[in-house]
Amino acid sequence: MLPLLLLAGMKEALALGPVSCDTGVTAWMLTSTALVLLMIPGLAMFYGGLVRSKNVLGTVMHSFAAMGIISVLWVAVGYAMCFGPNVAGGWFGWDSAYFFLKGIDTRVMEAGIPEYVFSMFQGKFAIITPALIAGAFAERVSFKAYCLFIALWSLFVYNPLCHWVWASDGFLFNLGARGAIDFAGGTVVHISAGVSGLVVALFLGSRRGYPYQVIRPNNLVITMLGAGLLWVGWFGFNAGSSISSGLSTAQALVATQVAAAAGAMTWLIIESYHQGKATALGFASGILAGLVAVTPAAGVVQPYGAMALGILASCVCYLAIQLKNKMGYDDSLDAFGIHGVGGIAGALLLTFFIRPSWMKEASEAAGGMWTTLQQLGVQALAVGIAIAYSAAMTLLLVFLLNKVIPLRSSGEDEMAGLDRTYHGERGYGMLNPS
Amino acid sequence: MKLITAIIREVQLDKVHEALIEADIKRITVSRVSGHGQQRVEELHRGQIVVPDLIPKIKIEIAVNDAFVEITVNAILKAARTNGAEGTVGDGKIFISPLEECIRIRTGERGGTAI
Repeated sequence: MLPLLLLAGMKEALALGPVSCDTGVTAWMLTSTALVLLMIPGLAMFYGGLVRSKNVLGTVMHSFAAMGIISVLWVAVGYAMCFGPNVAGGWFGWDSAYFFLKGIDTRVMEAGIPEYVFSMFQGKFAIITPALIAGAFAERVSFKAYCLFIALWSLFVYNPLCHWVWASDGFLFNLGARGAIDFAGGTVVHISAGVSGLVVALFLGSRRGYPYQVIRPNNLVITMLGAGLLWVGWFGFNAGSSISSGLSTAQALVATQVAAAAGAMTWLIIESYHQGKATALGFASGILAGLVAVTPAAGVVQPYGAMALGILASCVCYLAIQLKNKMGYDDSLDAFGIHGVGGIAGALLLTFFIRPSWMKEASEAAGGMWTTLQQLGVQALAVGIAIAYSAAMTLLLVFLLNKVIPLRSSGEDEMAGLDRTYHGERGYGMLNPS
Repeated sequence: MKLITAIIREVQLDKVHEALIEADIKRITVSRVSGHGQQRVEELHRGQIVVPDLIPKIKIEIAVNDAFVEITVNAILKAARTNGAEGTVGDGKIFISPLEECIRIRTGERGGTAI
């Protein structure tokens, strides 16, 4: 949310004359951009290790395909749709200067960074979001249909949501006294991905044999490494979202570390008591639950708040996954259970841990009083809108897309595995003499 | 008692597994193997077509009492063929060999009841 204040200032700055690059901020933002990109192979590993060996490459490719497809779309139209001024009644933005980024070749933003850096930093968020969705319907989706789906989803779900929440004239950005709080993408990234994943998973139906057949992860070591990369990358995701290199960066960085650790620790404790064993996958899930919950909050909570968010997120996500197992729907890798539920929990619960100085400024902006409950209302409204919009739009997209290309793999293809069917390769071929 | 060893295509594993369960044959051992048969497989490596010498296959081992031999064989035959009922080169083979003894480790039981 901070970046957009700066973007808004950018136009005025242009009128005043060129701003020079702040090398410190630019260096950190370049680093952050690289860190967020690192999360995508991290996610590929995290998801890749959790599926059966016949689907490992297909699942890894879901993340990598997003790097290709969404990057291209982002440069062409995505950035313009997200950060251009309102068009179509505020549905999304558009600025022809951002079309193929042609108008920002020499532009330096008021934050002191080249706009190229900001656009690439934001582009990485656009890549990881559709890649997250893939976890909900792993092991049973046609690759071609998946590629088309993420392209359409990015255009019609991500870009509008991103515009609403982060563009200076987005309506969620301007909700209440100081806007709906979504520091680094709780609503835009995690809630939208989680909810959309759930919709597609329900639309496609369960994998063959689920839940009666045991479906074991092929390599939890890869999953743990992926979770580690995600944790590291998240520093770019959250601390980079300050679009600065200073106090607010440090605040976000600390909140991120604390929440991830608290989440992981909580999951271990819950599992030890509930199932008698603390699993590695549980630890990784706890890391993610904590990170997801602190994503919207990293800019406004202090360490104790981040810790509380991590703990609460793990409790809520653990319950959500237990509930999923009871209900029997197949959110294969718990994209909804962690990202959807964790994102919703974080966006709502952060209200109770906002640092006093933020609330004071909000009160001043509101012209007197701004209470926690009022902010909770704003948060709930933003969350509700994100859920409703992404669910409805995703359902419409998959419904239409399915008429053109069936999304679901055929039974034979699913049995043979995504690797062989769609890629003609094998993930672990070298393990056998061949 | 017989030991049935089937070498099948990797992709047919789920089908064969399900067919065996349907025929009430539930005690099987599965391993990854690679070998050489009549089949030639072309694989793509970075756009280049290569023909590997040894082709990955799945080996299923099933110990059965004599009365179940045909049931097991039929289940495998039905499920392991590709290209409809036609079959294709590379669908695999079934070997049946006599089984001298079978011992359940837990109880020390021997013979047909231990299977």
